[in-house]
Amino acid sequence: MNTLRFRTWLPPALVLVAAVALWQLWVSAGHLDPQLVPGPWFVVWSTWDDQANLWPAIGTTTEEAVLGLLAAAAAAFVIAVAIDTWVPVRRGLYPLIIASQTIPMIALAPLVLIWWGFGLVPKIVLVALFSFFPVAVGLIQGLAATDPDSLNLLRTMRASRLALLLRVRLPSALPQFFTGLKISVTYAYGAAIVAEFVGAEQGLGLYMYSAAHAAPVATDLVFGAIVAIALLTIALFAVVAGLERVAMPWKPRG
Amino acid sequence: MTKRTTTQAAAPDQHSRAASLELRGVGKRFPGLGGAAPVLAVDTVDLLARPGEFVTLIGPSGCGKSTVFNVVAGLEEPTGGEIRIGGEPLADRLGASAYMPQRDALLPWRRVIDNVTLPLELRGMSRREARGRARPLLERFGLGDFVRAWPWQLSGGMRQRVALLRTVIGDPALMLLDEPFGALDSITRADLQDWLLRAWASDDVEGVGATVLLVTHDISEAVLLSDRVYVMTPRPGRIAAVIDIGLPRPRTPELRADDAFVALERQVRHELQRAITERGEFSDQEVT
Repeated sequence: MNTLRFRTWLPPALVLVAAVALWQLWVSAGHLDPQLVPGPWFVVWSTWDDQANLWPAIGTTTEEAVLGLLAAAAAAFVIAVAIDTWVPVRRGLYPLIIASQTIPMIALAPLVLIWWGFGLVPKIVLVALFSFFPVAVGLIQGLAATDPDSLNLLRTMRASRLALLLRVRLPSALPQFFTGLKISVTYAYGAAIVAEFVGAEQGLGLYMYSAAHAAPVATDLVFGAIVAIALLTIALFAVVAGLERVAMPWKPRG
Repeated sequence: MTKRTTTQAAAPDQHSRAASLELRGVGKRFPGLGGAAPVLAVDTVDLLARPGEFVTLIGPSGCGKSTVFNVVAGLEEPTGGEIRIGGEPLADRLGASAYMPQRDALLPWRRVIDNVTLPLELRGMSRREARGRARPLLERFGLGDFVRAWPWQLSGGMRQRVALLRTVIGDPALMLLDEPFGALDSITRADLQDWLLRAWASDDVEGVGATVLLVTHDISEAVLLSDRVYVMTPRPGRIAAVIDIGLPRPRTPELRADDAFVALERQVRHELQRAITERGEFSDQEVT
């Protein structure tokens, strides 16, 4: 088990360390303008020095990302159950949900801002718009893929439709729900930051925007924010993976 | 039969509910898909199981045995004939029998004990009371060490025992077993047949004494467990022969070596082969 895990994370870690070292060497050798591409060492130190501004930004954006994901999961749950329960809803709604993915969600950001202003709500809405689809499709397909033998068995026990949903359909759809949620997690911070680019009072998007428009330009802090977003996304992904384990204790580990 | 009578006298509250099952000319026609001609899965099936009898339906694969089962269980409606349970022609048969599907259909997200208590919970019994009832039975079914295990941790034979316990725990009047050991290797299958025989011979297991309809394509299983065997033809299924298994009860696994047992096996095999070849010639004629 331990050696297996070691084998999983060691190769990508080595590649990453090598890439960062190469980057540092290239900058140190004077091949790049440090104003445009600061070295990784410099990025880490100047971002560290700017903690007073970075932490509040992280807090705001994390709040937007998490609340947006929760809103997406709640909406996906309601719509997926409705689609699975009523055939007319399925026929009328499912094709439209899929078609709605042709709308570039980024293009909705200005609209969302016009409607809900500069506060927390438009960010939550935009994150939810980005995150909704993978969770909804995962749930809908998971519910539809329920083992028909199990459903028939419970029907012979005179189970109600609610009992079928709670005891068979939903537990059976959980793995695909979490697969969808993990995909959505990777969108959440990005969506929140796009919304902040358009207009915000605080957050990582605004932090990057300010750094990019400072004089002289603070490329190091833009890099720092990007690294922070990547780390935060990994952390959120790990939290969801942990929830998945707690929610499905019957799954074999390993 | 005599064994059943004494058992009934010993614990009347447990077995008095055993219900008769009667099929009169039951047929099932499925609508053809995409404009195709309708498919006649089951032609006419007549079958009788008196209260407490163990009756087997045997036939080649695809003869519509499982369709008969789904119709009796109330999952599907017959397109012809009548089904009587306990003497009554029941329109809504869901819940009138306990059903053990071909695949065990254990819910992976429920521990062994919670899979077993499922029918009790759906009936409104508290989880605590249901578990209290399941625990001693799990011991008797040889699953005492696996009460809190997840289904994936069990062997195929153990899974079938859990599924069978789930079927008997509600003390059903009628049990439908659809090839319960069909997916197991032959050693495990024989082991479970012997075990089922012993469980049936004991007085104190709930559900034992219920009327049973078993579907199988295992001749030895049919003879060992049944009071009567109905032989079905290939699709569209109908009853080709009825064979009474007069072997005395309680039966033991050693019975398999008995001359009378072997003779009955031969008889069932003979009827089965005749049903297949007759139907085969018949369909040849249809083609030409």
